[in-house]
Amino acid sequence: MTAAEIGRGLRAGKFTSIEVTRHFLERIDRAGQLNAFITVTPERAMQDAKRADARIAHGEGGPLTGVPMAHKDIFCTDGVLTSAGSRMLSNFVAPYDATVVERLAAAGMVMLGKTNMDEFAMGSSNETSWYGPVRNPWDGTKVPGGSSGGSAAAVAARLAPVATGTDTGGSIRQPGALTGLTGFKPTYGRVSRYGMIAFASSLDQAGVLSQSAEDAALVLAVMAGHDPRDSTSVDVAVPDYAAGLGVSMNGLRIGVIREFFGEGLEEGTGRAVRTALEGFKAMGATIVELSLPNLPLSVPTYYVVAPAECSSNLSRFDGVRFGHRCPEPRDLLDMYRRSRGEGFGAEVKRRIMTGTYVLSAGYYDAYYLKAQKVRSLINADFRKAFSEVDVLMGPTTPTPAFAIGAKVDDPITMYLNDIYTIGANLAGLPAVSVPCGLVDGLPVGLQIIGPHFAEQRLLAAAHAWQLETEWHRKLPPLFA
Amino acid sequence: MYDFRQVFGIFPTPGAIVTLTRRDVEAIALLARLEITEEELPVYAGSLSRILGFIDQLAAAATEGVEPMAHPLENQVQALRDDVVTESDHRDRYQGNAPDVGAGLYLVPKVIE
Repeated sequence: MTAAEIGRGLRAGKFTSIEVTRHFLERIDRAGQLNAFITVTPERAMQDAKRADARIAHGEGGPLTGVPMAHKDIFCTDGVLTSAGSRMLSNFVAPYDATVVERLAAAGMVMLGKTNMDEFAMGSSNETSWYGPVRNPWDGTKVPGGSSGGSAAAVAARLAPVATGTDTGGSIRQPGALTGLTGFKPTYGRVSRYGMIAFASSLDQAGVLSQSAEDAALVLAVMAGHDPRDSTSVDVAVPDYAAGLGVSMNGLRIGVIREFFGEGLEEGTGRAVRTALEGFKAMGATIVELSLPNLPLSVPTYYVVAPAECSSNLSRFDGVRFGHRCPEPRDLLDMYRRSRGEGFGAEVKRRIMTGTYVLSAGYYDAYYLKAQKVRSLINADFRKAFSEVDVLMGPTTPTPAFAIGAKVDDPITMYLNDIYTIGANLAGLPAVSVPCGLVDGLPVGLQIIGPHFAEQRLLAAAHAWQLETEWHRKLPPLFA
Repeated sequence: MYDFRQVFGIFPTPGAIVTLTRRDVEAIALLARLEITEEELPVYAGSLSRILGFIDQLAAAATEGVEPMAHPLENQVQALRDDVVTESDHRDRYQGNAPDVGAGLYLVPKVIE
């Protein structure tokens, strides 16, 4: 059942939140082999459920009251371990709630626990987590994608009806595609980043991994909106996303990004995406092919900008105020170096060092400034495209889920997995991945990108697609 | 200011193959306040060289007269708030996460002998 369906059932008195919550806690218990959760919070969940049942009994609350959910372990949760998938924060009990956590709790959602993730959200396979890799529910030998891999596996295996994620370079959309889910990344600034552990501040954005566009609409409507505690959160009114789902696709101008269909796109994935485009045409949309010539530079641009921002953001982990401290430091420098050397994993260290290098005097102009200029070019490509079309479409990932261990030793191959998703982050655009087929039993996704604050349009397109197809209702055979 | 050109000797030219040495990685790791073990040094030298070679393709992009973009939302003005206290005292709570505190202070190894 989707979150929306559970909400309707709760309000119709078909079952209670306590019953639903117990059901999901039991499923989590039985699916330990997926390693989807870092922390399960059964007591907190039962308390939340009890409160939600009381609200529902009084005729209070909204469409999500009493519906269970899970948070990516990057969101601070008051009194609960918030590790960001890192040894560095493996002892960190957050002293406050992230705005996202606070808002979903106020809407009456029940927190089941905190999901596994790539360390500090740096990864595309959920293999960099200090807590071990997450397995893809569709095939346990495959990765679920990352960095929100735990949230994706949890929702795909129906251990939770819906979960939060964050997307810096594709970390919601890519795992969404690889696990058969709707993965929604809103416009930069649409959702508050307060209490969300920072990776790359000009790219990070919170969003949703869900079973349907309708669920994404409901959850996003609660998460989104201005927050004075995040100075980059935008003061733009949040529309009633669910109310706008019924918009017709007739006359929608779809741009197909030529650069997304080049070499490297796996055949079956390409076929599924082209079939989906035909589906939109049949619904009355018009399709034009467009070129965004600078888009192929988005991965190298990202791997300057994101490590630069990460090296700065992660300097706060110094072993002084919170996080891991090495045993018996000789002096302050030794404490910094060993605490950070022990607390961070290999990929995080690699990115901190990349960032340190590209920001250093003498190289700043050649790398960082240059990347910011190319970022402008990519942004201009998107802007030009959106003067001609309403949305852009293409694949979310070049291939279906790959094997655990297949790419860990080669960072460049791993980075190229985000080749279709990173552009939207650089330009701050909203984008969604929706399931559009199975290739050898593994899900693949159609990506829909829109102009700033076009969440409503993307959700309507995703919903229209899901009314026509059954891909989003397919379950991993082992968890059906 | 730390000038890497002196540390690394060469400035990478467009399309150049970047080769970081163990000594380069040691220098970067010191700046980043990371301890890297002897065995890890050549591994990072290899992967960082590949990453720098990969991002070096940006050098070929024509960016004359292009304004650098630091933030995805143009015309977005950083919000200011009134200069009034909004937080209450959470010191004890926050220090509950600290590795070493005493008398309400964060303790670190001796800095001045």
